[in-house]
Amino acid sequence: MPDLLLELFSEEIPARMQVGAAKDLERLVVGALSDRGLLFEAAKAFSGPRRITLAITGLPAKQSDVREELKGPKVDAPAAAIEGFLKKTGLSKEQLTVHSTPKGDVYMAVIEREGRETAAVLAEIIPEAMARLPWPKSMRWKPGVSTRWVRPLHSILASFDGEVVPFSFAGVSSGLHTRGHRFLSDGKIEARRFEDYEHKLRAAHVILDADERAAVIFEGVKQAAFVHGLEMIPDEGLLAEVSGLAEWPVILTGTIEDQFMDVPPEILQTSMRTHQKYFSLRDPKTGKMANRFALVANMIAKDGGKEIVAGNERVLRARLSDAKFFWDEDRKRRLDSRVDDLKGIVFHADIGSQYERSQRLEILAGFIAHELNCDFRKAARAARLSKADLTSGMVAEFPELQGCMGGYYALNDNEDIQVAEAIAEHYKPVGPSDRVTTSKIASSVAIADKLDQLVGFFAIGQKPTGSSDPFALRRAALGVIRICLENGYRIPIAKFATIAGRLVMSAMMESARVKLLNKVPYWEELKDKNVLKQLLTVSDKARKALAEGAFEEYPPFDWEVERANNLLSFFADRLKVALKEQGTRHDLIDAVFSLGSEDDLVRLVARVEALQKFLKTDDGANLLAGYKRAANILKLEEKKDNRTYLGKVDEALLAEPAEQALHATLAKAIGAIGPKLDAEDFEGAMREMAALRAPVDAFFDTVKVNADDPVLRDNRLNLLAGLRAALHRVADFSKIEG
Amino acid sequence: MPKAKTFQDLILTLQNYWAAQGCLILQPYDDQMGAGTFHPATTLRALGPRPWKAAYVQPSRRPTDGRYGENPNRLQHYYQYQVILKPAPENVQELYLGSLRAIGLDPELHDIRFVEDDWESPTLGAAGLGWEVWCDGMEVTQFTYFQQVGGFDCDPVCAELTYGLERLAMYVQDVEFVYDLAFNNEFRYGEVFHQAEVEFSAYNFERADTDILFQHFKDAEKQCRELLDGKKLVLPAYDQCIKASHAFNLLQARGVISVTERAAYIGRVRALAQACCAAWLESPMGAYRPRYAAKGRM
Repeated sequence: MPDLLLELFSEEIPARMQVGAAKDLERLVVGALSDRGLLFEAAKAFSGPRRITLAITGLPAKQSDVREELKGPKVDAPAAAIEGFLKKTGLSKEQLTVHSTPKGDVYMAVIEREGRETAAVLAEIIPEAMARLPWPKSMRWKPGVSTRWVRPLHSILASFDGEVVPFSFAGVSSGLHTRGHRFLSDGKIEARRFEDYEHKLRAAHVILDADERAAVIFEGVKQAAFVHGLEMIPDEGLLAEVSGLAEWPVILTGTIEDQFMDVPPEILQTSMRTHQKYFSLRDPKTGKMANRFALVANMIAKDGGKEIVAGNERVLRARLSDAKFFWDEDRKRRLDSRVDDLKGIVFHADIGSQYERSQRLEILAGFIAHELNCDFRKAARAARLSKADLTSGMVAEFPELQGCMGGYYALNDNEDIQVAEAIAEHYKPVGPSDRVTTSKIASSVAIADKLDQLVGFFAIGQKPTGSSDPFALRRAALGVIRICLENGYRIPIAKFATIAGRLVMSAMMESARVKLLNKVPYWEELKDKNVLKQLLTVSDKARKALAEGAFEEYPPFDWEVERANNLLSFFADRLKVALKEQGTRHDLIDAVFSLGSEDDLVRLVARVEALQKFLKTDDGANLLAGYKRAANILKLEEKKDNRTYLGKVDEALLAEPAEQALHATLAKAIGAIGPKLDAEDFEGAMREMAALRAPVDAFFDTVKVNADDPVLRDNRLNLLAGLRAALHRVADFSKIEG
Repeated sequence: MPKAKTFQDLILTLQNYWAAQGCLILQPYDDQMGAGTFHPATTLRALGPRPWKAAYVQPSRRPTDGRYGENPNRLQHYYQYQVILKPAPENVQELYLGSLRAIGLDPELHDIRFVEDDWESPTLGAAGLGWEVWCDGMEVTQFTYFQQVGGFDCDPVCAELTYGLERLAMYVQDVEFVYDLAFNNEFRYGEVFHQAEVEFSAYNFERADTDILFQHFKDAEKQCRELLDGKKLVLPAYDQCIKASHAFNLLQARGVISVTERAAYIGRVRALAQACCAAWLESPMGAYRPRYAAKGRM
């Protein structure tokens, strides 16, 4: 069966877009083929610096013929109906046949469509797919042609069964030619079939497959490191990027001058990776960074790479001189002297400066550290200094070194080592693969940082929607979840979210007050942003509470509770995602979160796990069924009666043995569940609930809830309401699916 | 090809190379500007349907990059070599590589790469797609296909090549400290520019009178607007836009513009640039006039 070979050859495609473009091309072409009934054996896409290639094997030479029978109107139908049918089928009346059915004679149309040559179909499909290919960024380049591609497109190789598939895109006509490596090959290459194509490209110094290039680089760097008794510091992101920057990767190593080796390794590594895309190497015995680096060239140079290495070493020297300059300059000032400079750095126009933020963090981190029973003075100190490195030259140059640099500068200033560590680690985890900090002091600052961020952006209505999360709030929430769960930290999130909210609000009020005093015509803006309303909701009392830090004396207002719940439900969503991999059911997380009282993530997860285990047992599953039945009846009757049953049972009215038994067991269970919950013995609480299963089953088997006597009926509904309430102490069972 | 031995050899080689490709060899613009892109030969000529091919050296002022003559490679005044080709020739990458060969960077010996780097100038309302060109890991040129200038689509698209001359010369001459560059066989770069770097750094960061600069900014803005009113004087108006932009750069170096104000000032310069570009597109050279139909001095 014939194959398709398609190559789109252009000027250098950004490394970050290559793999995605190849996948998109495959998806679009494959989709169009199946839409047109063309099945194939296999499809594979390839990408590289100058080309996107798609190989599809085992296509038919042509589409199969299609025969379609269409039933039309009755023979004696009105003329208009018959006309309509003819129009629809494109046939004339003579071409129709008559078919007799039990309902009478009807017209039938037989439409036969001959399958088209696959090559002709491809000539339509491919340019369409190219036009629809979603480049993250694309450009025009040819005069008079508005078609876009990622960079100027130079040639299209399109061969089906060894023959060219004729079409054109952006003024480029398809053919059977391509080019090899920009400098290591000469002239055009003709290729009609994939094996030939891949082979000729290799001879022309192009490795087609990005995975193969990555493997060549990985092995090459490993080998080069080994020669020097070193090992590579793995860097997946860098590996993927450099695989997209060379068609023929050549690994060379260079030396870092000794004068730079006392600069912190993170700086060296970041500078080399970000600017130069070099791999850092380390001593496998000590784990210390070595004074060598590996670079990936795209060239077999005449001199074996001497000039290339010398050139790269020179560039690195200039780069590291810059970095060393910042390192030396930054250390001339104490970190704490930089805190004031944060006034000039805007965190967000509607939330305020980084200075205000560091003031808030100082208070909040202190509170959290107190809760975690660690030295809250150290946490507060670290939080106060945590953002100061944003004013340093190094962080201005390498934003990804924020935190890390603060830690170094703090150590340099002889700050406490735990304070320095907390500054260095408070942004962690920065991604799903990043570790979380394990120190309590650092965790206090890290949690404070993230809560402040969440509460601040929620307060100005910047909650993430859909796929858009410009302020990385999901990551912040997930960070808090991971820090708490992985360390087993017990923190009442709602309480600290409320404190964070009060801090944010007071900062906003302060800036609003300043603006008003400056007689800026700000009222309109305030009204627009709804900030005014929020501000007015905060009473003087709340401000006073904040000033005195007396959270217990001034418990949250209703609107604060609402806000905290809003935030908690955001956490619940993140938690569902985080726990999904472990097989935790998302509906159970909802069921526990719905209690509204559970904001300690560690305890929450323990509850969910106990619940999940319980529901897997026979008792659990049946009790859930009983609960659902009770809840359904209650819902129905409460609606009918327009009242809520609260569970107050009159024992004297319990007529049937089954209802007496249920009442007795329920009373016992309620008495037992409370202490178990208090002791956080969730499995124990579940066991107590399990005892309810048999009486519940018996109740529904023998007792008629809707008794004729309204007094009996009320009493029985109250009994069920009692059951509902008892179970709701463990979880909101109505949220549980199944 | 032997390497260009001196700074001025480098410039002369590039001039000859691009002249041979049919470029007009223009001279630097006589206004202070942050980059060769601000030269009307790029900003304005990039717009409109007329073909254009020019190359020139442009002294570029970046007040905040001043280092009092102490940094090995940062300068508040440096030279860019700018090539603008409209429409972008199909073989523009090859033409560019030819220029590297001409200055003695043999692609057989070096590792030359086109690494994604899209260019954007918020002050000019301009943007393009392209690369930074690496030679052995060093960025030697910014290579851009202009898509928009002054908020207007470039049609046809032009290619802009910007060589950082000092950096390139340092590479070619194997020099690590910019002031050690051989300007010609007799003078070093430092002899020509070191004192200027020291003095202008002090001016940029310490002495420039911010009240005067704020006034300059306002005046330039006002004059630019006036020149675009009624009978439009596009080129004089655009000069004012350049002046406003430079005043803003100096104010920024003086540290008197906050982050929020910064965006507002950039927006004001952009508005001027956009107005100039709009007027340019209606002017004789900017509007459509095929060459063969040109009459008289045009």
